[in-house]
Amino acid sequence: MTEKTIKVDYIARVEGQGAINIGITKDGKVENLQFKIFEPPRFFESFLVGRKYDEVMELTSRICGICPVAHQITALRAVENAMGILISNQTKDLRKLMAISAHIQSNVLSMYFLSLPDLMGYESIIAMGKDHLDIVKRALMLKKLGNDITQLIGGRSVHPVTMIVDGFTSIPSKKNFEVIRKRLIDAKKAAFETVDLFTNIKIPDFTRRCEHVAISNSKSYAINDGHLKSTQGIDINEMNYRDFIFEKQKPYSTALHSYIKDRDSFMVGPLPRVNLNLEQMSDDARNAAKNCGVKFPNYNPFVSHLARAIELVHDIDESIEIIDRLPLKEEHSNHMCKSGFGAAITEAPRGSLYHSYVLNNNGVVKKADIVPPTAHNAYNIEKDMREFVQTIIDEPLEDITLKCEMLVRAYDPCISCSAH
Amino acid sequence: MAKKPKIGVFKFTGCAGCQMEILRMEDEFLDLIKLFDICYWKMAKRNNDDKDLDIALIEGGISTPWEIEEIKYIRKNTKFLVAFGDCAIGGCIPSIRNWIPQMESEEIVYPDPSKICSTKLHGIGEYVKVDAELKGCPPHRETILELLKSALLKIIPRLRHHPVCVECKLKGNACLIINNKLPCMGPVISGGCGAICPTLGRICEGCFGPMSNPNAAALAKIFRDIGLNDEDIKRKFRKYSGMSPEFRLEAGH
Repeated sequence: MTEKTIKVDYIARVEGQGAINIGITKDGKVENLQFKIFEPPRFFESFLVGRKYDEVMELTSRICGICPVAHQITALRAVENAMGILISNQTKDLRKLMAISAHIQSNVLSMYFLSLPDLMGYESIIAMGKDHLDIVKRALMLKKLGNDITQLIGGRSVHPVTMIVDGFTSIPSKKNFEVIRKRLIDAKKAAFETVDLFTNIKIPDFTRRCEHVAISNSKSYAINDGHLKSTQGIDINEMNYRDFIFEKQKPYSTALHSYIKDRDSFMVGPLPRVNLNLEQMSDDARNAAKNCGVKFPNYNPFVSHLARAIELVHDIDESIEIIDRLPLKEEHSNHMCKSGFGAAITEAPRGSLYHSYVLNNNGVVKKADIVPPTAHNAYNIEKDMREFVQTIIDEPLEDITLKCEMLVRAYDPCISCSAH
Repeated sequence: MAKKPKIGVFKFTGCAGCQMEILRMEDEFLDLIKLFDICYWKMAKRNNDDKDLDIALIEGGISTPWEIEEIKYIRKNTKFLVAFGDCAIGGCIPSIRNWIPQMESEEIVYPDPSKICSTKLHGIGEYVKVDAELKGCPPHRETILELLKSALLKIIPRLRHHPVCVECKLKGNACLIINNKLPCMGPVISGGCGAICPTLGRICEGCFGPMSNPNAAALAKIFRDIGLNDEDIKRKFRKYSGMSPEFRLEAGH
């Protein structure tokens, strides 16, 4: 018999519409645990069929207003893989800069706006303004920096417009990049302060060793290209993703649950990225990780906040590196429509994002398959929560409820994405 | 000082991009929280109150039975209801699926469609009275500011209805239709974006929805003349606002 019920009808401070439902029996057992995603589905995989290859980036951008850049790049790469297009180094670099700027924006949003209020005892960042104006101002400055870079290259920060198959419609001037470069250098201090803040703040002590998954490559901190790797040894080429990652439907969730074939749920996101790819991060980011007193690889999902902060240091460093080597020359693309199957995996701010398309000879989509980070994570969030609740079961109901919400927010779910 | 206007931000079927555009006002954020009493905003706050609002910004369209109930409830509790962005106005990109049988869409996405409760996607105006529309996917933050300033001054917001072409002229852009024979939607699309795309070498795709009283048929004819086939033309109008009365015919109703 259920004795206590933990119920959150609409989880606050996450993107999209999700709920939590947990029953606890008299002898302290957890039952009927559900991370209920009730976000209305939008059926992108259905209406993309019949659309043209050069619209896919623009349409899938609308899957998510927080990570449109990640959807655009993944869609473009999947289409390019289907048509056998190899992009220039400049396009690769500009796309990486776009992706990183979106990471800065999104990770700052997650850390400061969505999760920090819990850790500092406020209901929102709006409420924090009175006592911690300096922190709020720092958050706004960092978020604006990320958004301004996206806007400089993409024309606007939400649903940018300049990225197309095999290139960009327009490239910013050197002068504009110099202004941004200076702001990036100035922002480094705020990034270190962010690492300090999330190093010193108290988080729940909870560890569950699950499989951590992210794309990875030996040359750079993988965001747009790499093999899908894990802490338990998977190593997948993006084109073969569907041989390994499966999905199942839960009756209470409009997001499908992902799992690794013959294995179990897994985690994607900033913590798996830092766990798997720390070696490829910038010197300052690696030092920040080494000196913060938290050991990596780490399996406490609440350390995700700190992982985002460490990524922020790296993101600033790599942005400057890219700006310094960009030739910013005009390029022209000559591509032909070709039928075929193409898949791509990138790292959206909240973790690995998969797109694949089958195109016909005229470049019309015949089949679309999209798995966003939060669909990858949904099942793992439930498994974490089941163990986590056991560790705090004697606390007052209000505290358990808040902590369960905090666990969900540590994953920074993008629920609209998950129910695309 | 007069009482601060109570404002609520609500999400329906959409991508949260419009809410992100509010958060994009980093320079104005501290003023906004001083001047407005933000009572309801799930994505930003844990304590929320949806009663007796002066302004409700509605992001997203309506695609489930409970969303119909919810939007009617908000209407009842709000003085000034704003369709905030293209999804709330007419469903935007996700409304492309309205041309596909519901069951077919559900079967493509879900192993067991019997657990899915979803309808065709409509703007909120299908169900409740709307006091203002903020066009765009997403709306430009200048437009959002215009609306919020008007609310403080208690005047009617000046929202644009002229086509993108006007803004192209102001920017001094060469016309992509006339000079490059490209199928730009600018002549029938509402401005307010500052002609972002043509300025950056891309045709207008139509993300601000129809301008007032556009001649969609004439533009469709121009598209045909520059070499688009019927399917291409249908795709162009069946994108951000295929459900709008202005584009319905060209979108293939």
